[in-house]
Amino acid sequence: MVVIRTLIPLLKGLAFTIKHLFVKPITYQYPEQRREVSERWRGLHRLKMDDGRLLCVACGLCEAVCPADVITVERTETEDGRSFPSRFDVEVTRCIFCGYCQEACPKDAIELTRNYDFCEYTREEFNLNRDQLAKIEEA
Amino acid sequence: MDFLIESVLKVAVVFGVLLGSVAYTTLLERKFLGRLQVRHGPNRAGPFGLLQPLADGLKFFFKEDIVPANVDKPVFILAPVIALVPAICIVAVIPFGDSVTIFGREVKMHITDMNVAVLYILGLSGIGAYGAMLGGWASNNKYGLIGAMRSGAQTISYELAMGMTLVSIIMMSGSLSLTKIVAGQTFYWNIFFQPVAFVLFIIAGLAEINRTPFDMPEAEAELACGFNIEYSSMKFALFFMAEYAHMISLAAITVCLFLGGWNLPFGWEVPFVPKIFWFIAKVFLLIVFFIWERGTFPRLRYDQIMNLGWKWLMPIAIVNMLVTGVVMTLIG
Repeated sequence: MVVIRTLIPLLKGLAFTIKHLFVKPITYQYPEQRREVSERWRGLHRLKMDDGRLLCVACGLCEAVCPADVITVERTETEDGRSFPSRFDVEVTRCIFCGYCQEACPKDAIELTRNYDFCEYTREEFNLNRDQLAKIEEA
Repeated sequence: MDFLIESVLKVAVVFGVLLGSVAYTTLLERKFLGRLQVRHGPNRAGPFGLLQPLADGLKFFFKEDIVPANVDKPVFILAPVIALVPAICIVAVIPFGDSVTIFGREVKMHITDMNVAVLYILGLSGIGAYGAMLGGWASNNKYGLIGAMRSGAQTISYELAMGMTLVSIIMMSGSLSLTKIVAGQTFYWNIFFQPVAFVLFIIAGLAEINRTPFDMPEAEAELACGFNIEYSSMKFALFFMAEYAHMISLAAITVCLFLGGWNLPFGWEVPFVPKIFWFIAKVFLLIVFFIWERGTFPRLRYDQIMNLGWKWLMPIAIVNMLVTGVVMTLIG
């Protein structure tokens, strides 16, 4: 009796696993098959442009709100008195992708794109400057 | 001279086929296990990952061969060999099929027909455990040592049950030669008369080759790989190959002892299908079962393994043997 009572759950287990042989694998075949991320996905940062000019006015709110302290902004002015960042650096490796910078921005100038797979050969290459951030496409 | 050439050729072919099957059993295991876990297995190297074993082999080959300080060097180097060689040698006595005629010469489909084949197998599988034990001991590593001890204890406990189950088969066939045992199963397979012995043999066999759910010696979670913890490169690959070679030989032995070898049950014959096909098909199915079972059962705890071996398998095997003897005497 004990033997049968022990064996039946084992057989049930075997039946359970063999059922999964006929289930379509749920893994993503990554480079070819990408995961569809949500509209609000917080990925790589980008600086928005309008008519070839950065929307950013270098107010420094993003720098202030950033909990990981990865944003560095330096302000400068054009001849017509318009304020813009002379420097806008993001250390992407240290970023926690909280999205506070995006929330804090009064000009809606910084955005976290849906780009989630970015890689480089060195750590330094992850320190993006203003022009690199401006070049990043909306994903 | 003819005999020598024939034997050497047979050894070469069987050896090649066995190593090839070992390589592809790893792929089969990874693919099949992957599907059981609702994921794809390896599928990058070549179509359907068919070149994966080759890639693995190459990788092993290029890895640094580390011999840690304070290991017992000769034993450390010898242990993987001791693990692998018996696993391969077992195949020498396994009959794969009926004799065939090639170039007007009758060729038996086994390397040698030993009249003590079953004892030979038991002996070699015992030696196989030395590989793990010596490897763990020579590594001079506590995890390795614990793994080695477990391997030894497990082999001793389960070899007894295995031997007892084998006795009932030997009593029925009246011979220790695998060829004779298979020949006695042309009509009724042994599994029809000995289902209990079949189950016991599979369980004891899995424990003997340290396969899940009895993979105590290399329990990843608690022993960090156990006896092969200090091994790298081709030395590790040898242990790995030994594991799969053991799996194949266990499947082949089970087929010979219980599943009629190359015979179909009830004397059925299918024209144009060589008998060796049935043998390979059965071995394949058993290996698939071993993988399926790995994907299902969690590892047993050490004391549970000992309990099962000594308090259940042993007595059941002895009772089975006694009942077989009594029934055989009564029937005559």
